[in-house]
Parts: sequence; C-alpha cells; structure tokens
Amino acid sequence: MKVSIYRYNPETDREPSMKEYEVDTQGKDLMVLDILALVKEQDQSLAYRRSCREGVCGSDGMNMNGKNGLACITPLSQVAPGVLEGKKPLILRPLPGLPVIRDLVVDMGMFYNQYEKVQPYLQNNTPAPAIERLQSPEERAKIDGLYECILCACCSTSCPSFWWNPDKFLGPAALLQSYRFLADSRDNATEERLSKLDDPFSLFRCHGIMNCVSVCPKGLNPTRAIGHIRSMLLERGI
Amino acid sequence: MSIRTITFDAIVVGGGGAGMRASLQMAQSGFKTALISKVFPTRSHTVSAQGGITCAIASADPNDDWRWHMYDTVKGSDYIGDQDAIEYMCNVGPEAVFELDHMGLPFSRTEEGRIYQRPFGGQSKNFGEGGQAARTCAAADRTGHALLHTLYQQNLKNGTQFYNEWYAAELVKDDEGNVCGVIAIDIESGETVFFKAKATVFATGGSGRIYASTTNALINTGDGVGMALRAGLPVQDIEMWQFHPTGIAGAGVLVTEGCRGEGGYLINKDGERFMERYAPNAKDLASRDVVARSMMMEILDGRGAGPDGDHVFLKLDHLGEEVLHSRLPGICELAITFAQTDPVKEPIPVVPTCHYMMGGIPTNVHGQAIKLSGGHEGEDQFVNGLFAVGEVACVSVHGANRLGGNSLLDLVVFGRAAGLFIEDQLRQGMTQYEPTDANIDEAMARLNRWESSTGGESVPALRKELQSVMQNHFGVFRKGDLMAEGVAKLADLRKRIANAHLEDKSGPFNTARIEALELDNLLEVAEATAIAAEGRTESRGAHSRYDYPDRDDENWLCHSIFDPKAKKLGKRDVNFKPKTVDTFQPKARTY
Repeated sequence: MKVSIYRYNPETDREPSMKEYEVDTQGKDLMVLDILALVKEQDQSLAYRRSCREGVCGSDGMNMNGKNGLACITPLSQVAPGVLEGKKPLILRPLPGLPVIRDLVVDMGMFYNQYEKVQPYLQNNTPAPAIERLQSPEERAKIDGLYECILCACCSTSCPSFWWNPDKFLGPAALLQSYRFLADSRDNATEERLSKLDDPFSLFRCHGIMNCVSVCPKGLNPTRAIGHIRSMLLERGI
Repeated sequence: MSIRTITFDAIVVGGGGAGMRASLQMAQSGFKTALISKVFPTRSHTVSAQGGITCAIASADPNDDWRWHMYDTVKGSDYIGDQDAIEYMCNVGPEAVFELDHMGLPFSRTEEGRIYQRPFGGQSKNFGEGGQAARTCAAADRTGHALLHTLYQQNLKNGTQFYNEWYAAELVKDDEGNVCGVIAIDIESGETVFFKAKATVFATGGSGRIYASTTNALINTGDGVGMALRAGLPVQDIEMWQFHPTGIAGAGVLVTEGCRGEGGYLINKDGERFMERYAPNAKDLASRDVVARSMMMEILDGRGAGPDGDHVFLKLDHLGEEVLHSRLPGICELAITFAQTDPVKEPIPVVPTCHYMMGGIPTNVHGQAIKLSGGHEGEDQFVNGLFAVGEVACVSVHGANRLGGNSLLDLVVFGRAAGLFIEDQLRQGMTQYEPTDANIDEAMARLNRWESSTGGESVPALRKELQSVMQNHFGVFRKGDLMAEGVAKLADLRKRIANAHLEDKSGPFNTARIEALELDNLLEVAEATAIAAEGRTESRGAHSRYDYPDRDDENWLCHSIFDPKAKKLGKRDVNFKPKTVDTFQPKARTY
C-alpha cells in the first residue's frame, strides 16, 4: 500500500513536503502506528512520537487522512474507505494548528500552557484527615468521563476556536480538566476557578462546533463539560 | 570538555510514578531539583497500570492488617524478597496511599465513601489462613493513569523543574567512582548537556522491550540498568522476569489481573476452568508465576485454543455488562481494539507475556545504590551520589515474583522514601563530586561512537534479533543448554551492535539516535538477564528451569548479583530481619 507522510527537517528543508512510501502489510488490518514502524525500518530519519502503543499515553496523536486520532489504536480499515484495500493512500500529517518541530512531531508547548492555566490539581484548604477524604460513589461518578483525558491534543488541535486564539482560548482539553476539578467533591476552589474563566476568551470562545467530541480517542465529551462550566458561571452571575 | 553544564541539588531521571513521587518530595523541600524524562511525563509506562495499588487501608475489610500484606508479599517473592524492605513498604503504604487521595487521585469508591478495593492474586487474610483478601485500591481499571496524572499535577503545583523529552545517555563518575550526574540529550534540539548534581536518582522503569512479546511500552528499554552496567555497577536478581498471565494473544497488550479479581477465570480450548487443577485453593487468583506456568502447560499439552493452539481464554461474560462497563471499562476498549472481541459476549484470547523486571539496581530502603562488596549482610557499600527507585531498582520487595498491585505501591513508597532521605542528606550537606574533563569524555564515548559510525548493520534489524533471542531462549520455561546457546548469540550480537550504523546524524528530534542509544541498553539488560538465568541453577518464582525443577534453599535462598566487568554471577544475602515482626520462615509455596 501507499503511505504519504508529511516530512520536514528544519536543519535541511526550506519547506515541508509530502513523501510517498510503499509498505507491504500482507493484507493485514494493521494499526497506523505499525505502518509507521514499517516505514521507519526503510527510512530511519522519519520522526514521530510513540510510547504505550495501546491508546493510553497520548503520544501519537496525528492527522490521518484528514482526521485527528491516535495512530496506535486506529486500524487502517477505520482511517478511510479504500485505505486498507490499497485503493487510496494513507495520508499522515502532524496535528494541525501547532508549530511543527520535525515531520509528525509538533511543539505541544501552547497546548500544555493552557492546561497549566486551569490549575489542574486538587485544591482543598481544609486539613486532610488521617484516612482518605470520603466521597460517595455518586459524587465520584461526576468525574467519570473527565479524569480519563490522556492529553493527546487531538481535540484542541481540531478546534477552530483554538486555531484562531491558541493563547487566549483554553481549548477543549484544558477546559475538560478544569471541569474535572470543579466537579470533584474533594476540591473547594470552585469560586477561584470560575472567576479565572470569566472573560470573553478563556471559555466563551467555544462555539459548540464539537470537533473535539468527534475526534476524542477516549470517547470523552469536552463540549458537555464546557456547557456545565457555562451553567456554573451563569448561576454564579445571578 | 566543551559541553554545557547545568547544575542542580538533585536530578531525577525518569518521569513515571517513582520519579515523580521522588521529585515531588524534593520540590516540596525547596531544593533545586530537576526531572529529566525522555517523554512528556504522562506518557511514561506507569500510565498503563490498570488494576490498582495493593495496600492494607482497611476499606474492604476493616480488620485488614499490613502484616498480612507483608506475609503475602514475602511468600509471593518465593522468599528472596528482603523482609526489612517489604515490612517498610507494607507498613508505610497506607499513609502513602491516603496522600494520593489527598492529592486528588480519583479512586473508585465504596458505599461508605472509602477507596474501593478489589481482590488480586496471591492475597490472603490472617497470614494465609483466612481466605482471599480484597486489598487492591483501584480507580476503575485505569489506576496507573489516574496515579501518574495526579503526580504530574502535584509536581506542576509544587514547581518541579521538568526537562521533558530529554534523554539521559550516560552516568558521569569521578575517578573514585562517585556519581557526579548524567550526560543528557535535548531531543528537540539535539544538544548534549552535562547535568551536575549531588544526588542522581534513577527512576527509569523496566526493560520489557528486551522480549519480542511484552506488555511494556516501546520506551521501556532499560536505560537505567544499561547506564549502571556500563558504569561497572552490579544488578541483582536480573534473571527474575515476570510473565503476566493475561497479555492479549498476538498484540501483547495487558489485560489486568483485576479481571480475575472481579470474578473472571481462565479456560482452555475445551472450556475447562483449568486453574482448579493447578491451584485448588486460590485457583485463578494464585500468584502470577503459578498461573503463567499453568497456562503454558495447558498450551504445551495441546489444550491451547486457536488454529495454532497457542493461547487460552479469559472468560468475563458471566460478570454481566454492568460490572464490566463500570469496573473494567478500559479492558472492554482494549479487547475490542486489539482482539476484536467484546468481553461482554465472548472470552478474550490471552497468553503469558513479559511484563515486569523484578531485578535491577540493588538498593536499600532509602534508594541508595549498593555496589559490589563482600556480599554479606551489613557489609553493603553504597555508590556515592546514586539512587534508584521503582522498577529499575531492586530493593528488593518483589524477590522472585511480584504480586499484582505491588508495583504501584513500590513506586510511591520508595519514590517518597528516597525523596525524604535525599532531602535530609542535602540539609546536612551533601558532597558534589566533580568530574574531570577525562571523566566527561569517558561518558561521551558511546555517543561519539554512534556519531562517527559510517557503516554497519541497522538498529531496527539488530533490535528485532535481540528480542527474538530473549523470547526463544529465556521465556517462561528455561533450560541450561538452550540458555547457553542464547548467551552465545548475545555475545555475537554485542560485537555486531558495537559496529552498528547510525545513518541519520541530524540534530532536531532525531529519534533514530535515541533508538540507537536504547539498543545499547537493551543489550546490557539482555546479557545480564541471560547470564544470571543460566547461573541460577534452581527454579524459584518466575525463574523456572526444566533441568533444575526444584527450589534449592540450600544454595539459592539468596540474591544473585551480576558483575558486569567479570560477567560473573555472585550471591548476596537476603534480609530476614524485619524490625517489628517475626521473620517469615521459608516454606513450601502452594496456592
């Protein structure tokens, strides 16, 4: 099958280009990450990130035939019709909207900055008990669908609002984490967290486009979390 | 010496659970600490831990006792775990786990609002007399992910200085062998830098990638063990590799023991629950070494499933959709993605898969690295400036076989312990050892070798060959002549790897360079494993030999110590002197 990969080495290339490779999959429905390993055996200069190869570490977010996802849990048959059969090439590009360091490796700095801005850690100024802080199963259930985020950036880099204002709009990943702590019964910094979000950009640049939901490899729903924060801000304003 | 020097009080190499628990401790103390990680910390392999963290927090059973956990761990280790270290881990454990809750780790909960605990293999109440315990604290089946993200978040809060996507390549020592820091490469730019520190903490994780089939992440290449061995430092019990019973057949992806804790069980091709024959009491919750061997016997006796009869099944469908989706959601995802199997409807094809390195750099409970000495208790000498925590270390709390859920506890307890100790030492005034230019040049030699290579075999081909040697010669069952052959093949590979070729010598984000440096480490770990496995002439825990089928307490109730300079195996005493409880005496190990 044919694989077309975005290549750019800042040391030698004036501009990026797409390079074609031929890979023998022996008809198997391999994961995209397996294809990259086969290409790297041919051409060791190809750069991409990878670690767990099972969809939990979030290293290998990339754009596959136009859609963001994790290479390690995306089989060829799911990329686009015809790719597995070799009728169409597999087209791999870096996550959009972030500066490219080399090939499929993007500079995640802006993405991590926005994550750090939401103070992604539990805050509770009451003295900790000798055992755990008690939390009912119902309270705990409120952070399901939030804590599972793997920071792969597939969502934020598919979000037009993030493309336009990556420095001011926090983006779906950071906002999901913001709500993860707002929703945690053990956290009591709600007011401080909300006041930091109450400006025209941080949260309100979300226009409900929902690309984040359609690409999240963990099936999470940042748009819903953003909706919950909006409601909290609204109630607080009344 | 023409490279830049960056100076800290302490550096931690590795951003998994152990490294980040250590760095957190030191960052809180205000000492200048850096954490160097070859990946962004939340991409570390701790993230893949599923089932939980075993600890007697007395939630599932209000009468639970850390001494029972200690008994299980000593028995699980097949009696070569150090009892003072196991005592410390099990005793301090609850405090360390409650801290994790206070930091925000989203544990699953009981109706009482406490942390949910599930049964895991090898657990008992009342020193083996009270039946199965439920002692593994869980965040669904994503406990490692929850733990790793929580620790990263706390490090952010406390201002740890991260060097993410920096690769530590070599230890720097002075002429007396004192550790002065490490040489590291900024992967993004390609720049090589000397990190100078009074304390260097290795938290580099395991080396599962020495095997062709492993549950380990692609990054688990034994960098810390490789650096230690090249520096002439010993490793302990390195022949002890855990094969996890349930790796997804073909893919190698882990399926947590928590599945069996929740009531799942293994069946052969005839649908028989075969563990009843091998471990009549604990059945599917026997220790991992026992279950893995039983599965292999089923397969070797022709009761394996599939066209090649090469796997068995993990049956979960009887647990019902609700339990599976609430307690084991990650497993359902993984089974569908990697086995095209929905556990709600059909069993998952599984096979024992390389999972965990029980051996590593020998340390005491403070993480201080031990160097070769007389080999008897009380005679340990330490490598000044070097510490190791987590999977790369061999404290040893796991001995010849680790119990499920004990690795996460090991990480937080000993990451924390090393942090506390170093903090204290720094306060008292620790020595900064100064390397000469020649010392730095020595540490740079390996990098320079690759940089000047002009031809030779390729890294991916050599890596594949090494992995297949380990898979075929040092698997679940081992045999002297087969291992001798493996040792010879590795000796040949050593010569070839020394002449291998790095074609791409570019600077920015050159992953070919990193993979070449990792290959050197894989080789060091593989060779140490091979020589130690051939040298331990008995069967104990995960080390099981056809030619020496029995445990030999007379000769081998001890640690093995591999000396990389002589390439010889020595012995070191196991600690049988816990401080607050009576010694657990070795006895026959049945489940």
